[in-house]
Amino acid sequence: MAQPKLSEENKKADVDFEKVLESSQFKKLMQNKKKFIVPLTIFFLIFYFLLPISTSYGTFLNKPFIGDITWAWVYAISQFIMVWTICTIYVKKASSFDKEADDIINDQIGKGGSA
Amino acid sequence: MDPIVVILFVAIVALTLVITYYAAKQTKSTGDFYTAGGGLTGWQNGLAIAGDYLSAASFLGIAGAIALNGFDGFFYSIGFLIAYLVVLLLVAEPLRNLGKYTLADMINSRFDAKKVRGAAALSTITIVLFYMIAQLVGAGALIQLLFDIPYWVAVLIVGVMMTIYVLFGGMIATSWVQIVKAVLLMAGMVIVSFMVLWKFNFNIGAMFTEVKQATSHGENFLNPGIKYTNPLGTISLMLALVLGTAGLPHILMRFFTVKDAKTARSSVITATWTIGIFYILIVFLGFGAALYVGESEILAANPGGNMAAPLLAEAIGGNILFAFISAVAFATILAVVAGLVLSGASAFAHDIYGEIIKKGKATERQQMLAARYAALGVSVFSIVLSLGAQYLNVAFLVSLAFCIAASANLPVILYTVYWKRFNTNGAIWALLTGLFSALILVSMSPSVFSPVEGAALFVGNPIFPLDNPALVSVPLGFLAGYLGTVFSKEYDFQRYAEVKVRANTGYRG
Repeated sequence: MAQPKLSEENKKADVDFEKVLESSQFKKLMQNKKKFIVPLTIFFLIFYFLLPISTSYGTFLNKPFIGDITWAWVYAISQFIMVWTICTIYVKKASSFDKEADDIINDQIGKGGSA
Repeated sequence: MDPIVVILFVAIVALTLVITYYAAKQTKSTGDFYTAGGGLTGWQNGLAIAGDYLSAASFLGIAGAIALNGFDGFFYSIGFLIAYLVVLLLVAEPLRNLGKYTLADMINSRFDAKKVRGAAALSTITIVLFYMIAQLVGAGALIQLLFDIPYWVAVLIVGVMMTIYVLFGGMIATSWVQIVKAVLLMAGMVIVSFMVLWKFNFNIGAMFTEVKQATSHGENFLNPGIKYTNPLGTISLMLALVLGTAGLPHILMRFFTVKDAKTARSSVITATWTIGIFYILIVFLGFGAALYVGESEILAANPGGNMAAPLLAEAIGGNILFAFISAVAFATILAVVAGLVLSGASAFAHDIYGEIIKKGKATERQQMLAARYAALGVSVFSIVLSLGAQYLNVAFLVSLAFCIAASANLPVILYTVYWKRFNTNGAIWALLTGLFSALILVSMSPSVFSPVEGAALFVGNPIFPLDNPALVSVPLGFLAGYLGTVFSKEYDFQRYAEVKVRANTGYRG
């Protein structure tokens, strides 16, 4: 399989990337991505750092949840569940981004692109 | 030596050599050599990422850390896993859309500047060498214990094997060695944790109750705070772990082995499930070792706790399971170091020789030859360093590699894709500041200077208080990228538009 080349490819002059960038179609894709990815990233980073912060500066997670399993373990495991949940949500959402991206290539750049 | 151990050991060596033989026949171009021709499927690459990522430090180190330090051993697992969200949401897809063989390719999709390429290659090579020395020294000590052979022989065996895979089979061989290793490792994990849980009739609560009474830490074993007593130190380490993965050259390189961003995405998903399940099962291994092997015996075999998992296998499954887990540990080491050799070689041969010295005009034959010489060079150099480092405490080099990746590579990757104003100057400032601030701070840290003899490289008082400097060096890397950019007038909107459109649509014309 041939590796598609990037900017060294001479075709590049044919495409007006600035025009694509300023197009409402592309702007909409960027907005949709931003609306989805930025809050999710902020959320998972906060959720992640709250664990070492709360175990370092407090002991309230040492309280039992069930029997000898403490809240610290529950929190730790919930991070795993969070990762898998975000993965699943993202894959679903990303297929709509893929579709928008394909539309941009087809409508504005013409044939020759691969998604 | 136990004959079963020898048979399994030889079987793994034979299997990987067969893989290399077939891979060598398929490796015809530089693209095949560096990226397996971009032809891996999502699940193949996902397993290979897991195989590349779950090092002996993860398998043996974290099992041991949980067995000895309880909850605190688990911190590493969480950081190593959440890091994949950074990869998935922010890095994998644009990287695949912009890059060709290396991280420097991706950054240079915006710049075409030799200085940037050189700086990126420098940080790649530094990370690879540190990671590799930690792996090889650990591997040597471990194989010495598992198979009862001298340290230098052990390092040479691993070193020669990794050189063969990469030299002849390139990325195709490396990927398949990693896939096989991931499957073996997961099988081993499932078997051992199933046997541990069996003993408690799968009642996890009962297991917690019992482990609470089994160690010298008592009740504290289940609570955070046995190992990590410095709050800022803990947070700094967690920062390096979560941001470092998305900047590790050998992990980033794996995303060039698939055909498009969509496949890159699905490989992160496969990898994340595999790695997540692994890190949950590792808790059962750690608890099992604390219960059925016991602290004093784990410490007697190896003060770092690295023998906890194999000893647990022996305690609950006898010689056969011990041999199997030892063989899995061996395969684990081989797969990780092979990936490292390849990413180090790509920085030398593709970035420095092909693009900087030959200005991108090297012939296919020259490129291939350079790649192989570079692989050989990286291997020999790291073997020699590791032979010299036998008695040094180098475990901290892994978290240092994560720290450099987070401080130097990640800022540049994010700015390249997401920041309109970013320019050459900013890229160089970020790469060099991230790299050197991490190095300088670590050289003054408790990992290098300890008043207790043998606890660190040198005896003395550390000037910088944190073991892992990420809390300082990561913000410095981002800040330097910002300042370097605004202090330079250079600004190429046209190029930004091209990169932005390509990164987000996958257009490749």
